[in-house]
Amino acid sequence: MSAGGVPSIPNPLMEGAPVAFRDGPFENLKVPLAWTAAAVVIVAIVLSVLLLLGDRREAATADSYGPTRAAVDTVTGPVGGVLAAPVRWAGAASDFVGGYFFAVSENRRLRRELAELQPWRDQAIALKNVNARYEAMLGIRTEPPVAMITARSISESRGPFVNARLLDVGSGKGVRVGNPVINEHGLVGRVTGTSARISRLVLLTDVASRTPVLVDRTDARAILTGDGSGNPRLEFVRGNNSVQAGDRILTSGDGGGYPRGVPIGVAAKGIDGSWRVKLFSDRGAIDYVRVMLFQDFGQLADVAALSPPPLTGLAAAPAPTAEQAAAIADAGARRDAAAAQRAATANAPVTTPTPTRPAPARPAAAPTATPPRPAPTPAEPAAQPGGEG
Amino acid sequence: MRRSVTVRVVGPMQWIVYPALIAIAATVALATPVELFGLNLPEPILPMVLAFAWPLIRPSIVAPAVLLGLGLFLDVFWFAPLGMWALCLLAVYGAVLLSRVFLAGQEVRVLFVWYAACTAMAFFIAYAVIGLRTGTAPSLLALLGQIVPTLILFPLANIMIERFDDGDVRFR
Repeated sequence: MSAGGVPSIPNPLMEGAPVAFRDGPFENLKVPLAWTAAAVVIVAIVLSVLLLLGDRREAATADSYGPTRAAVDTVTGPVGGVLAAPVRWAGAASDFVGGYFFAVSENRRLRRELAELQPWRDQAIALKNVNARYEAMLGIRTEPPVAMITARSISESRGPFVNARLLDVGSGKGVRVGNPVINEHGLVGRVTGTSARISRLVLLTDVASRTPVLVDRTDARAILTGDGSGNPRLEFVRGNNSVQAGDRILTSGDGGGYPRGVPIGVAAKGIDGSWRVKLFSDRGAIDYVRVMLFQDFGQLADVAALSPPPLTGLAAAPAPTAEQAAAIADAGARRDAAAAQRAATANAPVTTPTPTRPAPARPAAAPTATPPRPAPTPAEPAAQPGGEG
Repeated sequence: MRRSVTVRVVGPMQWIVYPALIAIAATVALATPVELFGLNLPEPILPMVLAFAWPLIRPSIVAPAVLLGLGLFLDVFWFAPLGMWALCLLAVYGAVLLSRVFLAGQEVRVLFVWYAACTAMAFFIAYAVIGLRTGTAPSLLALLGQIVPTLILFPLANIMIERFDDGDVRFR
């Protein structure tokens, strides 16, 4: 009731009014709304921190991706595909118009390039032939050809903290976590999550990306580390002066995550003095890519089988056949007979401490009939080999 | 004869839910892979506008909960660590909620300075989280490339505050 005796009407539109517990013993208790908002903020912050601590994004395994991310990708992927379609059509129209107007100049450029590349083609064919013969002579096991599928980029995340894309192919077409992704110029990144129709590609520039690479000229190893910028860093470069500006950087294949020799870019000195890589994949738009259905060693190997508990093999051995069982029983009987014979020999009276020859095929009394051999003593130097000198 | 008067209701749907849905739609649209002359679309943190404007309009129980959902959506959609952007946005909301007594009725320039400070705080938290988790410091140039578009969004926050702030002295 208000002071004038007129009942106060609660106004539902005044959301900012203090919260009152209208029923129960706390009827007259009113809490300022700013306090309740602050309490909700604190609870939400605690929840965020807990989620952050439990997140395993950097693990990049099939388990760490989680059903929530896969579900959101499945929903937002088609939306991104619809939004990306006009962009793709506009690009195709622009290419068409540009090709129409610049056909003559492009034709001249292509003729010039063709003339330059024809000797290289002949040389490549000859080298391929020689290389195949060397491999056959040396018995080198070359890597088998890797199957690929083409995909389209439908959404992307940029910025300093995340560099990733959604692709319109998923586990339904054989894409698995860890598959490398390339475009027509070079390596783009790696698949880190899949759903049935959509997969998540993390680019080489992502701050969590680590790629084992080699310098083509010196064969020196290094780790390509993304930092959110367009040019990832070369870290842990092995050897002195093993990198020069302009050196080609390829995947080394170390660790089995990537096939060896996929082109990545060229080395360049960054403004901060560190070695960086200008990516080949940045030479064109990353719209159409190819997913290499390459399985790394971690996917091929069964971790449980690599480190089984002790004596697992005994429990898993197959039951012996009848022939094997008879042989095992016969060997056991022979072993028991030999043990009994040794026991009888040990109990028999011996006149000298001369060691006896083991003769399991003879009867137990036979060793007593053999003449005792004189035991070699240190007093007989002639018996020692080479003792006459 | 009484004339009917149309009353325009401004509830949580108007100043919380619809702006949140618009922010989600705009975030999805800006993630379209467009490359023109080597340049991509900007990628600002659109919910930063809401995290700044909502506590200044009025304190609410619903707003932080919606902000938590928006942050988790950004984390999942951008493949960021789950909880990172939710933490950053809620930190901004909490900071503005604490300072709303001083900010109410201030000039636009003062609000912009506070918005820039809150944005810097949010990006510092994100930078620290990513640095600690990956062991690599993200590029500062790339960081600026996301901070600047987020700062440019301040007029949207100002429009929201002017549109929905009812000037109720009880919340000052």
